Amino acid sequence: MAWDRNQMAARAAQELEDGMYVNLGIGIPTLVANYVGDKDITLQSENGMLGMGPFPYEGEEDPDLINAGKQTITELDRTAYFDSATSFGMIRGGKIAAAILGAMEVAENGDLANWMIPGKLVKGMGGAMDLVAGVGRVIVVMDHTNKAGESKVLRECTLPLTGKGVVDRIITNLGVLDVVPGGLRIVECADGVTEQELRAATEATIVS
Amino acid sequence: MKKVYATAAEALEGLLHDGMIIAAGGFGLCGIPELLIAAIRDAGTRDLTVASNNCGVDDFGLGILLQTRQIRKMISSYVGENAEFMRQYLSGELELEFNPQGTLAERMRAGGSGIPGFYTKTGVGTVIAEGKEVKNFDGQDYILERGIVADLSIVKAWKADDTGNLVFRKTARNFNPPAAMCGKVCVAEVEEIVPRGSLDPDGIHLPGIYVHRIVQGQHEKRIEQRTVRKRETA
Repeated sequence: MAWDRNQMAARAAQELEDGMYVNLGIGIPTLVANYVGDKDITLQSENGMLGMGPFPYEGEEDPDLINAGKQTITELDRTAYFDSATSFGMIRGGKIAAAILGAMEVAENGDLANWMIPGKLVKGMGGAMDLVAGVGRVIVVMDHTNKAGESKVLRECTLPLTGKGVVDRIITNLGVLDVVPGGLRIVECADGVTEQELRAATEATIVS
Repeated sequence: MKKVYATAAEALEGLLHDGMIIAAGGFGLCGIPELLIAAIRDAGTRDLTVASNNCGVDDFGLGILLQTRQIRKMISSYVGENAEFMRQYLSGELELEFNPQGTLAERMRAGGSGIPGFYTKTGVGTVIAEGKEVKNFDGQDYILERGIVADLSIVKAWKADDTGNLVFRKTARNFNPPAAMCGKVCVAEVEEIVPRGSLDPDGIHLPGIYVHRIVQGQHEKRIEQRTVRKRETA
């Protein structure tokens, strides 16, 4: 037993507080928007929008209205548009309270790698480096292990970094961990996962 | 002051030369100067360095200049949607300088604002910082990034008046204002040119001082990822 994608997203949504401006990454982080309930959250899309709404109804797609994943979206009554330099000004300037994003690897010192695999995958960092350097709180949501069953929660990242010492909290299918001095601290285990199982799946140092 | 041109080719007349640096607006396929890109393809200008957040897809946007091998180097933050890009890059035919998205936007804004360099914490401790000056302010490290000044900017707006004042629409604004600012010359393509006086002066997104030539045309405005939700049935 462990959390599925939606349960991870629901857990991540608990991190958000009333009044926050938040940036959600692509993949599981996008699902977090489905679980904010009646909290007053304003979503930022780094291509130049605050107050991002849901996908449009069929036939109402607007090519001038997309999110940072290039998907068609809608606006809300609070929406504001701006250019990319202004958008990253608010990101770099610490105005965005939190970013929730995916990762290929995280390390016990808060290092994050999520933008390239040398020789294999060359897509680019997009806005991820700016986000992790600038926002108030960085929350990573990802599977705890890769397809081969190896831990993605490491002592040190092996892939090129997106940011150094930037991660605050890690939410995986197995549980929640915080980056603290000396390593990671277990905050909670996922439903049906024991602390022993969580420790066994984690390469990083766990401090109590 | 005559800024309005009849076609994209005429608007680019005398501005193109091999080896030049072009800054292009747009994010993905949203708000891209598709008519000017096609005109540059037809002009055959080569060895281009293009600063643009993305490089289109294989058959649309800047991707069409890759097919014709007119681009020598891209300065971008994300190129994941373009198979031909990946092929040319991995085979060494195409040079690529990755910039974090906000760094790229700020490099353009700074270059157009008389700021030759700025310090940012984006990329500190990563490969992006390699070879760049690091300076500590108030206990935090920052890296020096350079402003970009392009030979030519190509941008897309929704409306212009004949003096070059521009209004953008929704998220199609994106990189267009900073890209426009950083060019020695800026050509804007728009969906509609309106008479001067008909745009609200308080609602101008980019003042005409940054825009030297304007062309109006029909835009395909292709959608890259069509995502929809179902209507709830009553």
